[in-house]
Amino acid sequence: MRHAWVIAKRELASYFASPVAYVFLVIFLLLTGFFTFTAGQFFERGEASLGAFFGWHPWLYLVLVPAAGMRLWAEERRSGTLELLFTLPITPWQAIAGKFLASWIFIALALALTFPVVVTVNVLGAPDNGAIFAGYLGSLLLAGAYLAVTCATSALTRNQVVAFILSVVACLFLILAGFNPVTDLMARWASPALVDAVAAFSVVTHFDGFERGVIDARDLYFFLAVIGFSLSATGVILRNR
Amino acid sequence: MIRIENLVKYFGAKRAVDGISFNVERGEVVGFLGPNGSGKSTTMRMITGYYAPDAGRVSVGGHDLAEAPLEAKRLIGYLPENAAAYTDMTVHGFLAFAAEMRGLSGDAKKRAIASAVERCFLASVLHQSIDTLSKGYRHRTCLAQALIHDPEVLVLDEPTDGLDPNQKHEVRNLIRELGKSKAVVFSTHILEEVDAACTRAIIIDRGRVVAQGTPDELGRPLDEVFRRLTTSDTAKP
Repeated sequence: MRHAWVIAKRELASYFASPVAYVFLVIFLLLTGFFTFTAGQFFERGEASLGAFFGWHPWLYLVLVPAAGMRLWAEERRSGTLELLFTLPITPWQAIAGKFLASWIFIALALALTFPVVVTVNVLGAPDNGAIFAGYLGSLLLAGAYLAVTCATSALTRNQVVAFILSVVACLFLILAGFNPVTDLMARWASPALVDAVAAFSVVTHFDGFERGVIDARDLYFFLAVIGFSLSATGVILRNR
Repeated sequence: MIRIENLVKYFGAKRAVDGISFNVERGEVVGFLGPNGSGKSTTMRMITGYYAPDAGRVSVGGHDLAEAPLEAKRLIGYLPENAAAYTDMTVHGFLAFAAEMRGLSGDAKKRAIASAVERCFLASVLHQSIDTLSKGYRHRTCLAQALIHDPEVLVLDEPTDGLDPNQKHEVRNLIRELGKSKAVVFSTHILEEVDAACTRAIIIDRGRVVAQGTPDELGRPLDEVFRRLTTSDTAKP
Protein backbone atom coordinates (compact mmCIF):
# COMPACT_ATOMS: atom_id res chain seq x y z
CA MET A 1 0.00 0.00 0.00
CA ARG A 2 2.90 2.34 0.76
CA HIS A 3 4.35 1.84 -2.70
CA ALA A 4 0.98 2.48 -4.30
CA TRP A 5 0.76 5.72 -2.35
CA VAL A 6 4.26 6.82 -3.45
CA ILE A 7 3.19 6.26 -7.06
CA ALA A 8 -0.10 8.07 -6.49
CA LYS A 9 1.73 11.07 -5.01
CA ARG A 10 4.09 11.24 -7.99
CA GLU A 11 1.24 10.96 -10.45
CA LEU A 12 -0.80 13.63 -8.69
CA ALA A 13 2.20 15.98 -8.64
CA SER A 14 2.67 15.43 -12.36
CA TYR A 15 -0.91 16.61 -13.01
CA PHE A 16 -0.06 19.90 -11.36
CA ALA A 17 3.42 20.15 -12.89
CA SER A 18 1.86 20.90 -16.27
CA PRO A 19 -1.02 23.18 -17.28
CA VAL A 20 -3.22 20.08 -17.72
CA ALA A 21 -4.60 20.21 -14.19
CA TYR A 22 -5.52 23.89 -14.30
CA VAL A 23 -7.04 23.76 -17.78
CA PHE A 24 -9.02 20.73 -16.73
CA LEU A 25 -10.32 22.29 -13.51
CA VAL A 26 -11.35 25.55 -15.19
CA ILE A 27 -13.11 23.81 -18.09
CA PHE A 28 -14.80 21.37 -15.74
CA LEU A 29 -16.15 24.15 -13.52
CA LEU A 30 -17.23 26.31 -16.48
CA LEU A 31 -19.08 23.42 -18.07
CA THR A 32 -20.78 22.28 -14.86
CA GLY A 33 -21.88 25.88 -14.34
CA PHE A 34 -23.20 26.20 -17.88
CA PHE A 35 -25.03 22.86 -17.83
CA THR A 36 -26.55 23.45 -14.41
CA PHE A 37 -27.73 27.03 -14.75
CA THR A 38 -28.29 27.54 -18.48
CA ALA A 39 -28.94 24.17 -20.08
CA GLY A 40 -30.34 22.62 -16.90
CA GLN A 41 -32.57 25.64 -16.14
CA PHE A 42 -31.73 25.52 -12.45
CA PHE A 43 -33.68 28.70 -11.60
CA GLU A 44 -36.67 28.07 -13.85
CA ARG A 45 -37.21 24.69 -12.17
CA GLY A 46 -37.96 26.37 -8.85
CA GLU A 47 -36.81 23.26 -6.95
CA ALA A 48 -34.39 23.16 -4.04
CA SER A 49 -32.45 20.21 -5.51
CA LEU A 50 -29.36 19.59 -7.56
CA GLY A 51 -31.09 17.44 -10.21
CA ALA A 52 -30.06 19.99 -12.85
CA PHE A 53 -26.47 19.61 -11.68
CA PHE A 54 -26.03 15.83 -11.40
CA GLY A 55 -28.19 14.93 -14.41
CA TRP A 56 -25.49 16.09 -16.81
CA HIS A 57 -22.60 14.30 -15.19
CA PRO A 58 -22.66 11.08 -17.26
CA TRP A 59 -22.35 13.22 -20.42
CA LEU A 60 -19.93 15.75 -19.05
CA TYR A 61 -17.59 13.03 -17.76
CA LEU A 62 -17.81 11.25 -21.09
CA VAL A 63 -15.37 13.77 -22.54
CA LEU A 64 -13.58 15.11 -19.49
CA VAL A 65 -12.69 11.94 -17.60
CA PRO A 66 -10.96 10.21 -20.54
CA ALA A 67 -9.07 13.48 -21.08
CA ALA A 68 -7.85 13.36 -17.48
CA GLY A 69 -6.91 9.69 -17.61
CA MET A 70 -5.60 9.12 -21.14
CA ARG A 71 -1.98 9.77 -20.27
CA LEU A 72 -1.83 7.42 -17.26
CA TRP A 73 -0.25 4.44 -19.05
CA ALA A 74 0.12 5.70 -22.62
CA GLU A 75 2.68 8.27 -21.49
CA GLU A 76 4.64 5.67 -19.48
CA ARG A 77 4.77 3.49 -22.56
CA ARG A 78 5.79 6.31 -24.88
CA SER A 79 8.55 7.69 -22.68
CA GLY A 80 9.90 4.29 -21.65
CA THR A 81 9.37 4.90 -17.94
CA LEU A 82 7.14 1.82 -17.89
CA GLU A 83 10.37 -0.18 -17.94
CA LEU A 84 11.64 1.73 -14.94
CA LEU A 85 8.38 1.22 -13.06
CA PHE A 86 8.12 -2.50 -13.75
CA THR A 87 11.71 -3.24 -12.78
CA LEU A 88 11.18 -1.71 -9.34
CA PRO A 89 10.40 -4.14 -6.52
CA ILE A 90 6.64 -3.65 -6.69
CA THR A 91 3.75 -5.73 -7.94
CA PRO A 92 1.86 -4.53 -11.03
CA TRP A 93 -1.17 -4.10 -8.78
CA GLN A 94 0.54 -1.48 -6.67
CA ALA A 95 1.34 0.51 -9.80
CA ILE A 96 -2.16 0.14 -11.23
CA ALA A 97 -3.84 1.05 -7.95
CA GLY A 98 -1.51 3.99 -7.36
CA LYS A 99 -2.11 5.52 -10.75
CA PHE A 100 -5.85 4.97 -10.64
CA LEU A 101 -6.03 6.45 -7.17
CA ALA A 102 -4.12 9.58 -8.23
CA SER A 103 -6.45 10.33 -11.11
CA TRP A 104 -9.50 9.60 -8.97
CA ILE A 105 -8.30 11.98 -6.28
CA PHE A 106 -7.79 14.58 -8.99
CA ILE A 107 -11.38 14.20 -10.23
CA ALA A 108 -12.59 14.26 -6.62
CA LEU A 109 -10.83 17.59 -6.21
CA ALA A 110 -12.56 18.96 -9.31
CA LEU A 111 -15.88 17.74 -7.95
CA ALA A 112 -15.18 19.27 -4.53
CA LEU A 113 -14.63 22.64 -6.20
CA THR A 114 -18.27 22.63 -7.34
CA PHE A 115 -19.26 23.41 -3.72
CA PRO A 116 -20.74 26.82 -4.69
CA VAL A 117 -23.77 25.08 -6.23
CA VAL A 118 -24.43 23.41 -2.89
CA VAL A 119 -24.12 26.75 -1.13
CA THR A 120 -26.40 28.39 -3.71
CA VAL A 121 -29.17 25.85 -3.38
CA ASN A 122 -28.94 26.02 0.42
CA VAL A 123 -29.17 29.80 0.40
CA LEU A 124 -32.18 29.82 -1.93
CA GLY A 125 -34.14 27.02 -0.33
CA ALA A 126 -34.08 24.05 2.01
CA PRO A 127 -32.78 21.12 -0.03
CA ASP A 128 -32.34 17.56 1.21
CA ASN A 129 -28.59 17.62 1.89
CA GLY A 130 -28.57 13.84 2.34
CA ALA A 131 -29.73 13.52 -1.27
CA ILE A 132 -27.04 15.95 -2.36
CA PHE A 133 -24.44 13.83 -0.58
CA ALA A 134 -25.75 10.72 -2.35
CA GLY A 135 -25.52 12.59 -5.65
CA TYR A 136 -21.90 13.48 -5.02
CA LEU A 137 -21.08 9.90 -4.01
CA GLY A 138 -22.73 8.58 -7.18
CA SER A 139 -20.93 11.15 -9.30
CA LEU A 140 -17.58 10.18 -7.81
CA LEU A 141 -18.26 6.49 -8.45
CA LEU A 142 -19.35 7.28 -11.99
CA ALA A 143 -16.11 9.17 -12.60
CA GLY A 144 -14.20 6.25 -11.06
CA ALA A 145 -15.85 3.80 -13.46
CA TYR A 146 -14.97 5.95 -16.50
CA LEU A 147 -11.44 6.41 -15.18
CA ALA A 148 -10.91 2.68 -14.74
CA VAL A 149 -12.08 2.14 -18.33
CA THR A 150 -9.65 4.86 -19.42
CA CYS A 151 -6.83 3.12 -17.52
CA ALA A 152 -7.45 0.00 -19.58
CA THR A 153 -7.57 1.82 -22.93
CA SER A 154 -4.52 3.86 -21.96
CA ALA A 155 -2.57 0.68 -21.22
CA LEU A 156 -3.36 -0.56 -24.73
CA THR A 157 -1.44 2.10 -26.61
CA ARG A 158 1.44 4.51 -26.43
CA ASN A 159 -0.66 7.14 -28.16
CA GLN A 160 -2.78 9.32 -25.88
CA VAL A 161 -5.22 10.31 -28.62
CA VAL A 162 -5.98 6.67 -29.39
CA ALA A 163 -6.47 6.03 -25.67
CA PHE A 164 -8.84 8.99 -25.46
CA ILE A 165 -11.00 7.95 -28.41
CA LEU A 166 -11.22 4.29 -27.35
CA SER A 167 -12.17 5.36 -23.87
CA VAL A 168 -14.89 7.78 -25.04
CA VAL A 169 -16.39 5.05 -27.23
CA ALA A 170 -16.33 2.49 -24.39
CA CYS A 171 -17.90 4.95 -21.94
CA LEU A 172 -20.48 5.96 -24.55
CA PHE A 173 -21.59 2.32 -24.67
CA LEU A 174 -21.90 2.36 -20.89
CA ILE A 175 -24.24 5.33 -21.20
CA LEU A 176 -26.25 4.33 -24.26
CA ALA A 177 -27.11 0.85 -22.95
CA GLY A 178 -29.56 2.51 -20.57
CA PHE A 179 -30.26 5.81 -22.34
CA ASN A 180 -34.01 6.22 -22.88
CA PRO A 181 -34.05 6.91 -26.65
CA VAL A 182 -31.92 3.79 -27.14
CA THR A 183 -33.94 1.52 -24.85
CA ASP A 184 -37.15 2.74 -26.54
CA LEU A 185 -35.69 1.84 -29.90
CA MET A 186 -34.64 -1.58 -28.63
CA ALA A 187 -38.04 -2.23 -27.04
CA ARG A 188 -39.62 -2.29 -30.53
CA TRP A 189 -37.99 -5.60 -31.40
CA ALA A 190 -36.45 -7.05 -28.23
CA SER A 191 -38.19 -8.65 -25.29
CA PRO A 192 -38.54 -6.43 -22.21
CA ALA A 193 -36.27 -8.81 -20.30
CA LEU A 194 -33.51 -8.30 -22.85
CA VAL A 195 -33.94 -4.53 -22.80
CA ASP A 196 -33.64 -4.59 -19.00
CA ALA A 197 -30.63 -6.89 -19.13
CA VAL A 198 -28.81 -4.53 -21.49
CA ALA A 199 -29.86 -1.50 -19.48
CA ALA A 200 -28.43 -3.15 -16.36
CA PHE A 201 -24.98 -2.60 -17.86
CA SER A 202 -25.52 1.11 -18.15
CA VAL A 203 -24.08 3.67 -15.81
CA VAL A 204 -27.19 5.82 -16.36
CA THR A 205 -29.47 3.17 -14.86
CA HIS A 206 -27.28 2.90 -11.79
CA PHE A 207 -26.54 6.59 -11.45
CA ASP A 208 -30.27 7.39 -11.43
CA GLY A 209 -30.73 6.21 -7.85
CA PHE A 210 -27.87 8.29 -6.50
CA GLU A 211 -29.23 11.30 -8.39
CA ARG A 212 -32.56 10.93 -6.61
CA GLY A 213 -30.76 10.55 -3.28
CA VAL A 214 -31.08 6.78 -2.89
CA ILE A 215 -27.92 4.81 -2.10
CA ASP A 216 -28.73 1.29 -3.22
CA ALA A 217 -26.13 -1.40 -2.48
CA ARG A 218 -26.68 -2.90 -5.94
CA ASP A 219 -25.78 0.39 -7.63
CA LEU A 220 -22.75 0.71 -5.38
CA TYR A 221 -21.62 -2.81 -6.32
CA PHE A 222 -22.18 -2.08 -10.00
CA PHE A 223 -19.74 0.82 -10.02
CA LEU A 224 -17.22 -1.02 -7.88
CA ALA A 225 -17.51 -4.02 -10.22
CA VAL A 226 -16.87 -1.86 -13.31
CA ILE A 227 -13.82 -0.36 -11.58
CA GLY A 228 -12.56 -3.77 -10.45
CA PHE A 229 -13.11 -5.37 -13.84
CA SER A 230 -11.47 -2.54 -15.79
CA LEU A 231 -8.44 -2.43 -13.51
CA SER A 232 -8.05 -6.20 -13.81
CA ALA A 233 -8.20 -5.79 -17.59
CA THR A 234 -5.49 -3.14 -17.25
CA GLY A 235 -3.37 -5.68 -15.38
CA VAL A 236 -3.85 -8.31 -18.08
CA ILE A 237 -3.03 -5.82 -20.84
CA LEU A 238 0.13 -4.66 -19.09
CA ARG A 239 1.27 -8.23 -18.42
CA ASN A 240 1.03 -8.97 -22.16
CA ARG A 241 2.77 -5.78 -23.21
CA MET B 1 25.12 -13.04 -8.06
CA ILE B 2 23.47 -13.25 -11.48
CA ARG B 3 22.78 -16.70 -12.92
CA ILE B 4 21.25 -17.10 -16.33
CA GLU B 5 20.43 -20.47 -17.84
CA ASN B 6 19.33 -21.01 -21.42
CA LEU B 7 17.32 -17.84 -21.80
CA VAL B 8 15.03 -17.75 -24.82
CA LYS B 9 12.81 -14.92 -25.97
CA TYR B 10 10.70 -14.78 -29.09
CA PHE B 11 9.31 -11.68 -30.75
CA GLY B 12 6.70 -13.12 -33.05
CA ALA B 13 8.49 -15.86 -34.95
CA LYS B 14 11.92 -14.29 -34.43
CA ARG B 15 14.11 -15.89 -31.78
CA ALA B 16 15.62 -12.68 -30.41
CA VAL B 17 17.46 -14.43 -27.60
CA ASP B 18 18.45 -18.00 -28.34
CA GLY B 19 19.69 -19.93 -25.34
CA ILE B 20 21.99 -17.50 -23.54
CA SER B 21 23.67 -18.68 -20.33
CA PHE B 22 26.22 -16.94 -18.15
CA ASN B 23 27.02 -16.05 -14.54
CA VAL B 24 28.26 -12.84 -13.00
CA GLU B 25 29.87 -12.87 -9.57
CA ARG B 26 30.44 -10.10 -7.08
CA GLY B 27 33.57 -8.11 -7.91
CA GLU B 28 33.14 -8.62 -11.64
CA VAL B 29 32.37 -6.06 -14.32
CA VAL B 30 31.05 -7.90 -17.32
CA GLY B 31 30.86 -6.13 -20.66
CA PHE B 32 28.03 -7.37 -22.79
CA LEU B 33 28.98 -6.83 -26.42
CA GLY B 34 27.15 -7.36 -29.64
CA PRO B 35 25.99 -5.62 -32.79
CA ASN B 36 22.75 -3.65 -32.72
CA GLY B 37 19.75 -5.96 -32.57
CA SER B 38 21.74 -8.93 -31.30
CA GLY B 39 19.61 -9.31 -28.17
CA LYS B 40 21.59 -7.30 -25.62
CA SER B 41 18.72 -5.15 -24.39
CA THR B 42 16.27 -8.03 -24.50
CA THR B 43 18.57 -10.12 -22.30
CA MET B 44 18.98 -7.26 -19.85
CA ARG B 45 15.24 -6.75 -19.72
CA MET B 46 14.86 -10.40 -18.76
CA ILE B 47 17.53 -10.10 -16.06
CA THR B 48 15.70 -7.14 -14.55
CA GLY B 49 12.29 -8.77 -14.80
CA TYR B 50 10.76 -6.45 -17.37
CA TYR B 51 10.30 -9.27 -19.88
CA ALA B 52 9.38 -12.76 -18.87
CA PRO B 53 11.59 -15.27 -20.75
CA ASP B 54 9.87 -17.83 -23.00
CA ALA B 55 12.26 -20.47 -21.66
CA GLY B 56 15.16 -20.60 -19.24
CA ARG B 57 15.77 -19.17 -15.81
CA VAL B 58 17.23 -16.02 -14.27
CA SER B 59 18.23 -15.80 -10.65
CA VAL B 60 19.69 -12.82 -8.85
CA GLY B 61 21.33 -13.24 -5.46
CA GLY B 62 19.78 -16.70 -5.21
CA HIS B 63 16.24 -15.46 -5.89
CA ASP B 64 14.57 -16.84 -8.99
CA LEU B 65 13.00 -13.98 -10.95
CA ALA B 66 9.93 -15.99 -11.86
CA GLU B 67 9.28 -17.22 -8.32
CA ALA B 68 10.46 -14.37 -6.10
CA PRO B 69 10.50 -11.31 -8.36
CA LEU B 70 10.32 -8.73 -5.58
CA GLU B 71 13.28 -10.17 -3.63
CA ALA B 72 15.35 -10.35 -6.81
CA LYS B 73 14.39 -6.87 -8.01
CA ARG B 74 15.34 -5.35 -4.64
CA LEU B 75 18.95 -6.32 -5.30
CA ILE B 76 19.10 -4.79 -8.78
CA GLY B 77 19.83 -1.27 -9.90
CA TYR B 78 18.87 -0.81 -13.55
CA LEU B 79 19.68 1.82 -16.13
CA PRO B 80 17.35 1.18 -19.08
CA GLU B 81 18.28 1.94 -22.66
CA ASN B 82 17.79 5.63 -23.53
CA ALA B 83 17.77 6.49 -19.81
CA ALA B 84 14.02 6.87 -19.37
CA ALA B 85 12.95 9.26 -16.62
CA TYR B 86 9.85 11.19 -15.58
CA THR B 87 10.71 14.37 -17.42
CA ASP B 88 8.23 16.59 -15.61
CA MET B 89 10.03 16.04 -12.29
CA THR B 90 13.12 17.78 -10.95
CA VAL B 91 16.27 15.73 -10.52
CA HIS B 92 15.80 15.81 -6.77
CA GLY B 93 12.11 14.89 -7.01
CA PHE B 94 12.89 11.97 -9.29
CA LEU B 95 15.63 10.63 -7.03
CA ALA B 96 13.39 11.05 -3.99
CA PHE B 97 10.71 9.05 -5.79
CA ALA B 98 13.22 6.30 -6.65
CA ALA B 99 14.43 6.23 -3.03
CA GLU B 100 10.90 5.96 -1.65
CA MET B 101 10.06 3.18 -4.10
CA ARG B 102 13.10 1.37 -2.74
CA GLY B 103 11.66 1.67 0.75
CA LEU B 104 13.97 4.45 1.97
CA SER B 105 12.64 7.27 4.11
CA GLY B 106 13.77 10.02 6.46
CA ASP B 107 17.53 10.29 7.01
CA ALA B 108 18.34 7.16 5.02
CA LYS B 109 16.57 8.69 2.03
CA LYS B 110 18.44 11.99 2.37
CA ARG B 111 21.77 10.21 2.62
CA ALA B 112 20.99 7.97 -0.36
CA ILE B 113 20.07 10.98 -2.51
CA ALA B 114 23.15 12.95 -1.42
CA SER B 115 25.47 10.05 -2.20
CA ALA B 116 23.91 9.34 -5.61
CA VAL B 117 24.06 13.05 -6.49
CA GLU B 118 27.71 13.19 -5.56
CA ARG B 119 28.65 10.02 -7.43
CA CYS B 120 26.93 11.17 -10.62
CA PHE B 121 27.93 14.85 -10.41
CA LEU B 122 24.38 16.17 -10.35
CA ALA B 123 24.66 18.86 -7.67
CA SER B 124 24.48 21.74 -10.15
CA VAL B 125 21.17 20.62 -11.68
CA LEU B 126 19.52 19.22 -8.57
CA HIS B 127 16.45 21.45 -8.72
CA GLN B 128 16.15 21.62 -12.48
CA SER B 129 13.33 19.88 -14.28
CA ILE B 130 14.59 16.79 -16.12
CA ASP B 131 13.22 17.84 -19.51
CA THR B 132 15.49 20.90 -19.46
CA LEU B 133 18.64 18.81 -18.98
CA SER B 134 21.22 17.98 -21.62
CA LYS B 135 21.53 14.35 -22.66
CA GLY B 136 24.58 13.77 -20.47
CA TYR B 137 22.86 15.06 -17.34
CA ARG B 138 19.69 13.16 -18.11
CA HIS B 139 21.70 9.99 -18.51
CA ARG B 140 23.48 10.53 -15.23
CA THR B 141 20.18 11.26 -13.49
CA CYS B 142 18.90 7.89 -14.57
CA LEU B 143 22.18 6.29 -13.50
CA ALA B 144 21.81 7.96 -10.09
CA GLN B 145 18.37 6.40 -9.84
CA ALA B 146 19.93 2.97 -10.42
CA LEU B 147 22.49 3.56 -7.65
CA ILE B 148 20.14 5.11 -5.12
CA HIS B 149 19.68 2.00 -2.95
CA ASP B 150 23.34 0.94 -3.23
CA PRO B 151 22.33 -2.29 -5.00
CA GLU B 152 24.45 -5.42 -5.06
CA VAL B 153 23.74 -5.97 -8.73
CA LEU B 154 23.92 -3.31 -11.42
CA VAL B 155 22.49 -3.79 -14.89
CA LEU B 156 23.37 -0.90 -17.18
CA ASP B 157 22.11 -0.78 -20.75
CA GLU B 158 24.52 1.35 -22.78
CA PRO B 159 25.56 3.56 -19.87
CA THR B 160 27.88 5.70 -22.00
CA ASP B 161 25.58 6.14 -24.98
CA GLY B 162 25.29 9.78 -26.01
CA LEU B 163 27.89 11.10 -23.56
CA ASP B 164 30.82 13.27 -24.53
CA PRO B 165 34.38 11.87 -24.13
CA ASN B 166 34.85 13.43 -20.69
CA GLN B 167 31.58 12.06 -19.43
CA LYS B 168 32.34 8.64 -20.90
CA HIS B 169 35.60 8.62 -19.02
CA GLU B 170 33.87 9.53 -15.74
CA VAL B 171 31.19 6.88 -16.15
CA ARG B 172 33.76 4.17 -16.96
CA ASN B 173 35.72 5.08 -13.85
CA LEU B 174 32.53 4.95 -11.84
CA ILE B 175 31.65 1.52 -13.24
CA ARG B 176 35.13 0.17 -12.46
CA GLU B 177 34.89 1.57 -8.94
CA LEU B 178 31.42 0.08 -8.38
CA GLY B 179 32.58 -3.25 -9.77
CA LYS B 180 34.92 -3.79 -6.83
CA SER B 181 32.05 -4.52 -4.47
CA LYS B 182 29.15 -5.35 -6.77
CA ALA B 183 28.23 -7.54 -9.69
CA VAL B 184 27.98 -5.30 -12.74
CA VAL B 185 26.78 -6.08 -16.26
CA PHE B 186 26.79 -3.37 -18.85
CA SER B 187 26.08 -3.49 -22.53
CA THR B 188 27.96 -1.54 -25.12
CA HIS B 189 29.07 -1.65 -28.69
CA ILE B 190 32.12 0.50 -28.03
CA LEU B 191 35.05 -1.88 -27.88
CA GLU B 192 37.48 0.40 -26.09
CA GLU B 193 35.17 0.26 -23.07
CA VAL B 194 35.95 -3.40 -22.66
CA ASP B 195 39.58 -2.58 -21.97
CA ALA B 196 38.71 0.49 -19.95
CA ALA B 197 36.23 -1.03 -17.52
CA CYS B 198 35.62 -4.78 -17.80
CA THR B 199 37.08 -7.73 -16.02
CA ARG B 200 35.36 -10.00 -18.52
CA ALA B 201 33.49 -9.64 -21.79
CA ILE B 202 30.70 -11.65 -23.36
CA ILE B 203 30.12 -11.27 -27.08
CA ILE B 204 26.72 -12.20 -28.44
CA ASP B 205 25.46 -12.37 -31.98
CA ARG B 206 21.91 -13.08 -33.16
CA GLY B 207 20.82 -14.10 -29.69
CA ARG B 208 23.71 -16.50 -28.94
CA VAL B 209 26.91 -16.20 -26.94
CA VAL B 210 29.76 -16.50 -29.45
CA ALA B 211 32.70 -15.79 -27.14
CA GLN B 212 33.53 -14.91 -23.57
CA GLY B 213 36.61 -14.28 -21.50
CA THR B 214 38.92 -11.53 -20.31
CA PRO B 215 39.82 -8.95 -22.96
CA ASP B 216 43.22 -10.65 -23.30
CA GLU B 217 41.72 -14.10 -23.75
CA LEU B 218 39.45 -12.86 -26.51
CA GLY B 219 42.45 -11.80 -28.56
CA ARG B 220 43.75 -8.63 -30.09
CA PRO B 221 42.91 -6.38 -31.72
CA LEU B 222 39.44 -6.55 -30.23
CA ASP B 223 37.62 -4.97 -33.13
CA GLU B 224 38.92 -7.64 -35.50
CA VAL B 225 37.80 -10.36 -33.10
CA PHE B 226 34.43 -8.68 -32.85
CA ARG B 227 34.03 -8.42 -36.62
CA ARG B 228 35.05 -12.02 -37.15
CA LEU B 229 32.57 -13.34 -34.56
CA THR B 230 29.52 -11.25 -35.27
CA THR B 231 27.28 -10.61 -38.25
CA SER B 232 26.99 -7.18 -39.72
CA ASP B 233 23.42 -6.01 -40.21
CA THR B 234 24.30 -5.26 -43.84
CA ALA B 235 25.31 -8.92 -44.42
CA LYS B 236 23.02 -11.17 -46.42
CA PRO B 237 21.03 -13.52 -44.16
